[in-house]
Order: sequence, then C-alpha cells, then structure tokens
Amino acid sequence: MELLMAIVIGILFMCATYLMLSKSILRIIIGTGLLSHGAHLLILTMGGLKGDSVPLLSDKVASYVDPLPQALILTAIVISFGVTSFLLVLAYRTYQELGTDDMEEMRGTETNE
Amino acid sequence: MNNLTFMPVLWPLFTAIFLIFFSKKIKLQRGISLFSSLIGIAISLYLVFSVHTHGILTLGVGSWDAPFGIVIVADMLSSLLALTTNIIGFAILLYSFYSIGEERERHYYYPVFQFLLIGVNGAFLTGDLFNLFVFFEVMLMASYVLLVLGGTKIQLRESLKYIIVNVLSSSFFVIMVAYLYSVLGTLNMADISQRIAEVNQPGIISVIAIGFLIVFGLKGAIFPLFQWLPGSYYAPPIPVMALFGALLTKVGIYSIFRTYTLMFYHDQDFTHTFLAILAILTIIIGVIGAIAYWDVKKIIIYNIIIAVGVIIFGISIMNEQALSGSILYIIHDMLIKAALFLLVGIMIKISGSDDLRDMGGLIKRYPALAWTFFIAAISLAGIPPFSGFAGKLLILQGAAEKGAYFGMAVVLLSSLMVLYSVMKIFMNGFWGTPKADYALTNNTVNKMLVPAVLLVIISVLFGVGTESIYPFITQAAETLINPDIYIKAVLKE
Repeated sequence: MELLMAIVIGILFMCATYLMLSKSILRIIIGTGLLSHGAHLLILTMGGLKGDSVPLLSDKVASYVDPLPQALILTAIVISFGVTSFLLVLAYRTYQELGTDDMEEMRGTETNE
Repeated sequence: MNNLTFMPVLWPLFTAIFLIFFSKKIKLQRGISLFSSLIGIAISLYLVFSVHTHGILTLGVGSWDAPFGIVIVADMLSSLLALTTNIIGFAILLYSFYSIGEERERHYYYPVFQFLLIGVNGAFLTGDLFNLFVFFEVMLMASYVLLVLGGTKIQLRESLKYIIVNVLSSSFFVIMVAYLYSVLGTLNMADISQRIAEVNQPGIISVIAIGFLIVFGLKGAIFPLFQWLPGSYYAPPIPVMALFGALLTKVGIYSIFRTYTLMFYHDQDFTHTFLAILAILTIIIGVIGAIAYWDVKKIIIYNIIIAVGVIIFGISIMNEQALSGSILYIIHDMLIKAALFLLVGIMIKISGSDDLRDMGGLIKRYPALAWTFFIAAISLAGIPPFSGFAGKLLILQGAAEKGAYFGMAVVLLSSLMVLYSVMKIFMNGFWGTPKADYALTNNTVNKMLVPAVLLVIISVLFGVGTESIYPFITQAAETLINPDIYIKAVLKE
C-alpha cells in the first residue's frame, strides 16, 4: 500500500511540476493545487498506513493508526484551500486589470512599471 | 505554565477582530490600533524582563504536556524579537496614518496589519514545528493581502509571483515536516533535538536539514532563492514595504536560527559549511545589487539581502561570540531597515520620483530629514558607536576564532560597499542643486519623520547602550549554544 501511495504522490508531483512550468496562470494554479495534494498524501503515508485500523489507542485494539498526521493534514488542507481560492480571485483580477493571463507578459521591465 | 507567553499573539488577535467591526470609521481605527500597539510593546517588554529573571517560559496549550501537546516557548531570542516586532509595528503604524491613503485604510488595512503581527510573533514564540508552519501561513496570508491592497497593475503582477513562490515553499515545508515526522515521530522542537542527539544526526537528517534550509531560505531570501524579493518588495506602498523588509525576511532567518542551533547541529562540517557558503554568496549578490541601482527603493531592498547574508554567516560560525553577534545584528537590522524605508519613502514623496538622478539638494529645505538619514546610513554600515558595529564586531571575532578568514574579508568589504551604497543616496539625494521645486511643506514632512526618528533614536540607544543590553543578548546566545537549556525548560526533566 505504501508503495502504491509513493507512486501516486510521485505522479502528482510530476503533474504539478509540469503544470507550474506553463505560461497560463490557470494551469499554474491547478499545478499548485496538485502539489499541495501530493504533500498532504505524503504526510498521511509518512504516519504509516495500517489498513482499516482506527486512530484510537486502547487496550482492546491491537493495531492503531497514528492520529497526528490526520490532524496535520486537516490543518494543511484548510490553509491550502484558502490560499488557492485567494489565488483564483487574484488571477481573475489580474486578468481584468492587465488583460492577459500569460506569465511571459507579466515580467517587470527595467523601471518596474 | 504561563499565559503571558502567548499574549504577544493573542493581543493583536483581539485587536484585529475588534477592528474589523469599525472598518469604515478611520479615526477610530487609527486610535485603537495605536493604543493596542502601545499595549503590545508593554506586554512584550514585560515578557523580556520575565524571561530575564525566570528563565525560559513555556505554555502547554490545553494543559497537555510538552512532547504531546502544542507548546509555546518564550526564550530570550524569541521575546527580544517579539519586542522589536512590536516597536517596529508601532512606528510603521504611525507612519501609515500620513501615507497609506484613506482608500486602503477603509479596506481593512489596520486589521490585516494586526494579523501580520500575529503571524510574526507567533512564529517567534512557537515551540512546535507544525505550528511554525501555521503561523508562517497566517503571516503570509496577511502579507498577500497587504501586498495586493490597492490593486495597481504592478501590485497585482508582483503579488501573483510572490504567492506562487510562497505556495511552493509552503508545500515544501509540509513535505519536510512529513519526512521529519516519519524519521523521528515527533514535531516538538525540543523533543526533535533530543532524538536527533540520540541517533547523532545520520545522513537522512542532514538531507531534511537542507530541505528546511530551502524552505526558510525562500522566506529569508538567501542566495539562490532571493529572486522573488526585489520585485515583490518593490510593488507595495512604503509602509507595507518597510513592514515586509523589517519583519518577513527576519522570520525566515529566525527559523534558520532555531533549526540550525537547536536541531541540526551535530553534523556541522556538512550543514554549517553549506550555510556559510550560501551566506557569503548572498552577501556578494546583495552588494552587487546595492551598488548597481540608481533607484533608492532598490538600493535599500538589496541591502536587506546583504544583512541576511551577514546574519546567516554568524549562524554558520556557531560559537557563542558569533551567535550573540548575529542576535545583535538581527535586532539592529530590523530597526534600521524599517527606519531607512520610511526615510526613503519621505524622499520619494517629496521629489515625486524614486530615481536618484531626479533628486538633489534636499538638505537645504529638509535638514532634519537629511541628518536622520545620515545617522541611519552610518548605523547601517556599522560605524562605531552606532548599532551595526557591535554585532558585526562580534560576528568577526567569532569568525576569527574559527579561522573563517575568507568570510571575514567578505563581511568587512561588504560593510564598505553598504556605506558606499547609502552614501550614494545621501550625496545624490541631499547634496547638490535641487532638481525640482519641492512643494511639500516642512510640517507635513516632520509629521512623517516622527516614526523614523523614533526608530533611529532607539537604534542609536541600542548601539551606544550595547553594554547594558549585553546580558540579555548573552542569555539568548547561551540558549542557542547550549540546546540542553531549551530542552530542559520545555520537556521539564
């Protein structure tokens, strides 16, 4: 299971890198979304996957899942949702104001105007 | 258990929530922000003295004990930095009243300002790696809003790049936290340090250390990762720029302080040599930028990068003198960078241009501005007895002890170049014949000058009175050089 997860995370990072290297803002934003999903899956996997065990420590349960990574992911997901939605709104405003969604055309000039 | 420890974070939080309700009443917002900021200074001053008398203060949130719960730790370094943050916040707030403009004030400038302080103070005070990430995000979210507030073309364009760079580095942060957790099974910094000491830092931990360096280096703008900084810091209005230049990069440096002295200090041949090389390259690149431009904002922005290099070089030396030098220098740099940005802002406001070739002769009409700038400039370059001197001297002494002569030479030469770059502003901006008819009255200028003068006075006192502040600095450096003090205080063994 861990091996499968590692491969999935790798594919996510690969797609994220590919998308983030493109010119269009929208593709870059989708890329950042995939990147953070990959990172979240990575935390989950790093805590150790134990099949259908529950995240509880009790005498009756022989194997249990570490609850901490899940708490961490919850926080990280909320933050990444917030940032992504902000980024989408900003991209829309930028498109309205500058009339382009091409990163090549958003370079600063010598005087930075 | 001491609730005071968390007050520098909670107090701006209360203020920010309170301010949101009065977003349309500008006068009231200003009053509340100013009052709150004075209280903030008082709280952090009290915190500094409590830490001085009682040693490191900790707070286990929700009464969970250290390795299991979230822990807030105020040691000398973090409380001194929190105090500096609050002082700078106060000065920049005062400056914002006259320069930020009503339109921005009405659109939640002051609440977001407080949110930024929450993030910065929180990052200084947390004792938990994941909470460091959370406070980084709070700080970054506030900085995104401040950067884009106003919505001019350059702001929109540069914020987009800034946010994408920071989203990338945040993902990196989460990934590195995940790796560290899988290797050590804990996120509490003191506990991490202890467990790394038990296994004596194998290769995988060094890899994670470099990973964290990439994350914090992106925020703190060290050599290969600084490219986003000149563009992004150039875009927002002056008070926001001063806030970013004084606080945001310093949070990255603080995190390097923490991780590289508390956690990853066992394989110094690899990690700290790497750090030293990057620091020297950072200084060189910063110097090239600082002397290349004629744009006053750009010159000061590249001076941030030089200072980052000097402080990181002090950390990489890792003996008591160099570390106390770095601590002195980081506080000095926060104060003086904020002051310089504010002064440069006034110059731009007077002459209506940020190019030095369009300025000149300002000293005739605005002598107070000129002399404040002069003092700030020579403090920045580290001329005794002003504040940059003691820090740099200690860093150099530490480096000499370790035999890092090349680094010493670079730091010394960089001081000369820094002096050249700010004197270029002074000579071209203040001397010579006026290029235009400067219409701004002395009265308006003096109002804006007050916070800058305040910061310069504090930094001069900081320099002249280094002797009396030194016990605090040594206490901070002692914790860094002996991680056991920190570990014992947090884990209560």
